Amino acid sequence: MSLLKVEDIAVHFGGVKAVDGVSFEVEAGEVFAIIGPNGAGKSTIFNLISRIYPLTKGRIWFDGQEITGLKAHQIAPLGIARTFQNIELFDHSTVLQNLLMGRHTHRATNFVQDIFFLRKVRREEHLHRQRVEEVIEFLELEAYRNKMIAGLPYGVRKVVEIGRALALGPKLILLDEPASGLSVEESQEVAFWIEDMRRDMGLTVLMVEHDMGLVTAVADRVLAVANGRTLAQGTPAEVQADRDVQAAYLGTSTEDAA
Amino acid sequence: MELLQLLFGGIANGCIYGLVALGFVLIYKASEGVNFAQGDMMMLGAFIALGFGNADQMGWAFFLAVPAAMACMFGVGWGIERVFVRRIFGQPQFALVILTIALGFVLRFVAGSIWGYTPLVLETPFSGVNFYFGSVVLGAADLVTILVTAILTLLLWAFFAYTRIGLAAQAASQNQMAAYIVGVPVMRLNGFIWGLSGVVATVAGVLYATKGAIDPNIGLLGIKAFAAAVIGGMGSLPGALLGGLLIGIVEPLAGRYAPGEFAQMSPYIIMLVVLVTRPGGLFSQIQMKKV
Amino acid sequence: MRIVFKTTYDRDIDIHEHWGKRGAYLALLAVMAVLPFLVGEYYLAEATNTLIWALAGMGLMVLVGHTGQVSLGHAAFLAIGAYTDAALMNAGLPFLVSFPLAGLAAGLFGALIAIPAVRMSGIYLAIATLAVFVIVEEMVILLSPITGGVGGIFAPTIEVFGISFDRYAELANLYWLVLVVVVLVTWGYANLMRSPTGRSFLAVRDSEVSARALGINVTRTRALAFGLSSGVTGLAGALMGHYIGFFNYELFSIFISINLLLVVTIGGLGFIQGAFLGAILITTVPQAIAIFRDWANASLGVDLGGIPGLDTMIFSGVLIAFIIYEPTGLYGRWLKIRTWWELFPLARKDMFRRQKSYLKTERMK
Repeated sequence: MSLLKVEDIAVHFGGVKAVDGVSFEVEAGEVFAIIGPNGAGKSTIFNLISRIYPLTKGRIWFDGQEITGLKAHQIAPLGIARTFQNIELFDHSTVLQNLLMGRHTHRATNFVQDIFFLRKVRREEHLHRQRVEEVIEFLELEAYRNKMIAGLPYGVRKVVEIGRALALGPKLILLDEPASGLSVEESQEVAFWIEDMRRDMGLTVLMVEHDMGLVTAVADRVLAVANGRTLAQGTPAEVQADRDVQAAYLGTSTEDAA
Repeated sequence: MELLQLLFGGIANGCIYGLVALGFVLIYKASEGVNFAQGDMMMLGAFIALGFGNADQMGWAFFLAVPAAMACMFGVGWGIERVFVRRIFGQPQFALVILTIALGFVLRFVAGSIWGYTPLVLETPFSGVNFYFGSVVLGAADLVTILVTAILTLLLWAFFAYTRIGLAAQAASQNQMAAYIVGVPVMRLNGFIWGLSGVVATVAGVLYATKGAIDPNIGLLGIKAFAAAVIGGMGSLPGALLGGLLIGIVEPLAGRYAPGEFAQMSPYIIMLVVLVTRPGGLFSQIQMKKV
Repeated sequence: MRIVFKTTYDRDIDIHEHWGKRGAYLALLAVMAVLPFLVGEYYLAEATNTLIWALAGMGLMVLVGHTGQVSLGHAAFLAIGAYTDAALMNAGLPFLVSFPLAGLAAGLFGALIAIPAVRMSGIYLAIATLAVFVIVEEMVILLSPITGGVGGIFAPTIEVFGISFDRYAELANLYWLVLVVVVLVTWGYANLMRSPTGRSFLAVRDSEVSARALGINVTRTRALAFGLSSGVTGLAGALMGHYIGFFNYELFSIFISINLLLVVTIGGLGFIQGAFLGAILITTVPQAIAIFRDWANASLGVDLGGIPGLDTMIFSGVLIAFIIYEPTGLYGRWLKIRTWWELFPLARKDMFRRQKSYLKTERMK
């Protein structure tokens, strides 16, 4: 049984059909990429899975449980983490604090215990800190631990966002354009990290991406969408060869010749 | 019949709230700033008109004094933007809130120092003039208020919707950096809008003064006007007027038909009801951010 | 220049980074504790007033500074706290019971308001809190049998275990009582901000969408912030009632609400210390103006007292100067001074150049 199953989802904003009947399944442990031209509805699909947007029709299952009716904040405790296309970090906090906030679903204390800072709170803080340090080590963010987000370069912020999602300890991680705005070297690092996530952490990765190099390098299967509808689905090679996908998104060599 | 009388008076009052609210919304629409001194600008405008127009002051004709006051207040509004608001450019929104609260005190002090704190009456050609329709008395002052408000709202709405300056102002309020890049002179525009807001405040002040005596503390009406602007949906000009009318009508009706203290509370209860059901006001301008 | 070399996670978790800071605060606490023996009654009363305002400021700071919700009507919670405490004591309950109950009443009311309020943001929320304030004010008059209506109510002298904390007879005792409350609340506040609950407040302040994606129930978090904020402010109100002795609804006016907002913003938004610095400013500037006026009268013969409204005018001038020249507030300025001192002589000239932020519309949520 697949980890994530998306069945015929659609969302209409007034007259605009941002997503119009998309279905796919993501198996546990695989890296699944969604590609397509801008405005195709890729990030919207993410927002539907995160339940930030309402569903006009369709259903979604995660790990055997239907999540169609859940609210946005009920998704993370199930083990789904995500990053955002335009970075949504907490600007007035440090990198460390941002990562610690990722541990929210693992809170074991209530606010009364927090106010008195009982021993249990301190123990929990140690535990959270240890997990976060593992993420920092993985992503090589040691130098930025106590820096405010507001002063950091774009590439580092993107990495911190990934780190915050990883700190959650998820089963499924949604990466929204992880390589956009990054240099060649940084994109290669992202590729390595995604591989490590799958191999060492046992994560399932669902990503939206424009960088076809990255997609062919790491993705097991690809879904191509345009205008809110599916164009093609299959291995990276199959999708790249598909005529419709080439027409809508990738372009063909005969077009450029003229 | 009594109901009609109450309604008419309420609509006239509502127009004044609406005009002050318009002033709020003007500035908000152009720079997403909140001018808590709007009520005090209204007060100052009324006093300047009094200073020009009253027999024992400068003694000018009413229809000369009012435009002169409007011109003065344009200067005051523009001046406030130029000297104070521009200095806090780039700071978060509530810095402006506090700045304007403090400026409100200053305006009150200025008015009090020049004209004193005892209530004065503005001399107008239509105070005391009434029209009689059966048993309903319609004051000329109220009629003028309603008429002027309608015209002014229409003009301002058309200004924002159809003129280049209006569109530029809207652009600047949505994304300042982008507005700069396409060549909108954001700072100069802001100065103009603040001046315009001063003019609208003067009109409101003069109309208010036609209904009774004025003293430096009438600016506190600004709080109700602010509520009106918010009910209408901050950023919507017709909404501001509608909010003002709503409060203006509910107040006397509640005073007449509701038990004692509820009359005072009524505009605020209405406001809470509106905000709870439509968190962005009646003509909500809030949209979802694309993430 | 001090280098802090951390070897355990506890270093980061502790409230104070190193013993230097802890020592400074302990010294301050020691001075505050012996203040009644150092200064005369007038200044002791002023200190008590300042502490009460600092307490109220902390209440508002949780909401505005750390959770990003604006409240223009917080004086309402001062009123609820004051009236509940006085009414319960007048009904016969001892202070040790009525005081926490007053805070609880204010806190519950705040949480109740929060439920519809959390759907609003920015100015809409601000104006809604204003509306609540006006309604509470009117309710106070309506509930005259309990609140003494327009005439006012008398807050009975606090007596605990036979010790009197009367405002006039035993001012030192009242001062110590207020000090203990303030210290406890400050400690709780500091604990809150270094715990997961505090972090969830910051998350809600900075990015709601992210907070939701991390599993934070924004509505519930906001309601909790509101509840804690109004509860602490209610406690401050109760103490204020006892400090004033006899009060009516006019004590809790819109100007008090505005003053409270000034305390948190001028003091330094987002810092606990900001509440204290702001409270000191709010309570001492009027005094300073009065002293200046007397001096001008005595030495220059200029009677400034004859000009009505001058006090407020000068106060407004001070505010305007602060807003324009020191937007990060008093504590922000202190941080800059301290950093400059710590880095001396290596501080660079433009180290604190303000990052100009261009306006991005708030209407896109």
